[in-house]
Amino acid sequence: MRHILSILVENEPGVLARVAGLFSGRGYNIESLNVAPTLTEGLSMMTITTIGDEAIIEQIVKQLRKLVTTLKVVDLTDVKAVEREMMLLRVDAEGSKRAEVLRIVDIFRCKVVDVSPDELVLEVTGTQDKLTALVSLLQRYGIKEVARTGSVAMRRGMQE
Amino acid sequence: MELTGAQILLESLRREGVEVVFGFPGGAVIDIYDQLPNYPLRHVLVRHEQGAIHAADGYARATGKVGVCLVTSGPGATNTVTGIATAYMDSVPVVIITGQVPTPLIGNDAFQEVDIVGITRSCTKHNYLVKEVGDLARVIKEAFYLASTGRPGPVLIDLPKDVQTRLTEYKYPKTIKMRSYNPTYAPNPKQVAKVAEVVRRAKKPIIYAGGGVIASEASEELAWLARSFDIPVTATLMALGCFPADDPRWLGMLGMHGTYAANMAISNADLILAIGSRFDDRVTGKISEFAKNAKIVHIDIDPTSIQKNVPVHIPVVADCKSFLTALRQTLEPTLAEQPAAGHEAWNAKVAAWKEEKPLSYNQEGAVIKPQYVVETISRLTKGEAIITTEVGQNQMWAAQFYAFTRPRSFISSGGLGTMGFGFPAAIGAQMAYPDRLVIDVAGDGSIQMCIQELATAVCYKLPVKIVILNNGYLGMVRQWQELFYKKNYCATCLDVAPDFVKLAEAYGAAGFRVTDPAKVESVLAEAFALPCPVIVDVVVDREENVAPMVPAGKSITEMILV
Ligand SMILES: Cc1ncc(C[n+]2csc(CCOP(=O)(O)OP(=O)(O)O)c2C)c(N)n1
Ligand SMILES: [Mg+2]
Repeated sequence: MRHILSILVENEPGVLARVAGLFSGRGYNIESLNVAPTLTEGLSMMTITTIGDEAIIEQIVKQLRKLVTTLKVVDLTDVKAVEREMMLLRVDAEGSKRAEVLRIVDIFRCKVVDVSPDELVLEVTGTQDKLTALVSLLQRYGIKEVARTGSVAMRRGMQE
Repeated sequence: MELTGAQILLESLRREGVEVVFGFPGGAVIDIYDQLPNYPLRHVLVRHEQGAIHAADGYARATGKVGVCLVTSGPGATNTVTGIATAYMDSVPVVIITGQVPTPLIGNDAFQEVDIVGITRSCTKHNYLVKEVGDLARVIKEAFYLASTGRPGPVLIDLPKDVQTRLTEYKYPKTIKMRSYNPTYAPNPKQVAKVAEVVRRAKKPIIYAGGGVIASEASEELAWLARSFDIPVTATLMALGCFPADDPRWLGMLGMHGTYAANMAISNADLILAIGSRFDDRVTGKISEFAKNAKIVHIDIDPTSIQKNVPVHIPVVADCKSFLTALRQTLEPTLAEQPAAGHEAWNAKVAAWKEEKPLSYNQEGAVIKPQYVVETISRLTKGEAIITTEVGQNQMWAAQFYAFTRPRSFISSGGLGTMGFGFPAAIGAQMAYPDRLVIDVAGDGSIQMCIQELATAVCYKLPVKIVILNNGYLGMVRQWQELFYKKNYCATCLDVAPDFVKLAEAYGAAGFRVTDPAKVESVLAEAFALPCPVIVDVVVDREENVAPMVPAGKSITEMILV
């Protein structure tokens, strides 16, 4: 099963290597990884999506907590959380295709961030599913390049 | 006061209570060596950096204090890697200081540059590259704190040459708090209550002790539990000595080369108290067959060890000593009303297993049996020596036939199984305890892996005794070839070997050779009485096997017994 782990770490050299090494050294795979500083000076938040059964995920979480540079690990799969990913796409949009692509842009609430005579660069955010759906829709027009950020996620507000 | 990085390092080591540093110099640590004579630290100059790290490790295992090792950059640093991994696998507190090329050259493939922090990331508890001299004091404080607290382990500090010479104001932190590191020592009281309940109710309990009992100095507390509730005790290789071998409740080691009684008892128990052990594959054998009917209680300071290999019914994250103390407080008040809960039938069964198939060998004829050598050492030293081992059959025979009476007296590379470990580790232990008898039970193969440290032992007048169980083979591998590879003894016969007696003499140590079973005792006694390092080369039965043996992948009840 796919899990989203949110990991609060000391922002110091080598931290990424420690986390990544922990996955590779144990034969676990990272599906996506995202790191950025938090509001607290010196701390970064990593969001890692990974796949594994319960036992593997439990081991991953414990191993992550064991790293001396880790403050907190939350498996967001266990709680109500929102998840978003951003993607940039370079799509073929020559001639007659252009209108159709723009219609899809509308439906998916993408933004056109760059325009040239024969192609468009689109920006879109959403869940992984949404991005995947968009990619498969646009494939027929010709996708020349894709860049995705990997998921970021956050627990929802307190609720019953 | 302003000090250089090198001075800060040495002054901080002093403040950490370090007495001995095992090291080997080079260009990247010459500034540290330049200052060394000004500090009250004893330095042991080894002959190979692997010797330094194993000696620091042996010192730490024998004392419980942090061992310290100092080496130069590049090859000096890489030569310690095997020893770092050895300490990591067995949770031994050591601090390794490596020199590094000057900071402006880092990343330039400079002379004797390696990324030792990168190389050792997965075999240290933590490691540091210190780029600012202002960080050095804090880093050293943290390194000692990390190495010795929680689940102990090696911590490496990589110190560039220019940082060693730079000046800064020195202030050594008195206390330390790390927001990202807070090991749990005290057990959750609810879990302790649950354990107390199952201990009271169990009909067929067993204690399966591991290295955590030694690391947390919990032998006494463990003995209280075993004796108050009349529970049989088995232990892993790492925990030998945590419970006295002459106690009737002692079953011996369990696992691949464990005793019949220990393996049968753990397989038939209804309650397993796993205390500071980690269900290693050499212990459990085929995991799906392991202790299928038992309730498992697992106490470990490292949460990652719990539920890793076997499902656990009552997990307790805690230091073994804190846990056992809390358990005693819970159990003791009601002990009088509730006399040790009817384990008579169980204990009779366990006793029968012990009697049925004890560890045995047959010292008949003109050839010396290796087991007899170890048993003789045990008798001569009354189980009170510090025994280190190499790896292979020698290690297993030492574990099986030496009757340990106290913790920290068996020093062996368990997790990594590092040949070459025993002798330098013995040097480390002997540095810590100059007056105790320290004996390396060695194999003829392993001893050649760090034999150069004979010069160190002679130089520092460390009267370490090396007893080689010389079978002319890489015996343990040969045993596997015999049993599972149709006796295809490929690359395990050590046809050409040095004359170990002459070798000892060449280094200025003493050497003996024994080939006659009748002489074993007298020669060992003579060797042990000498005040210098000694090699005793005991020529033993070439194809003797370690038994019992659980073939890899089999259930631990499926022992080959001969
Ligand atoms: C550094 C290292 N290399 C290889 C091995 C694999 N190995 C395990 S036991 C063994 C044989 C050791 O021979 P010896 O020291 O003579 O001991 P014996 O088994 O004969 O008592 C070997 C090669 C190891 N454990 N460590
Ligand atoms: Mg041998």
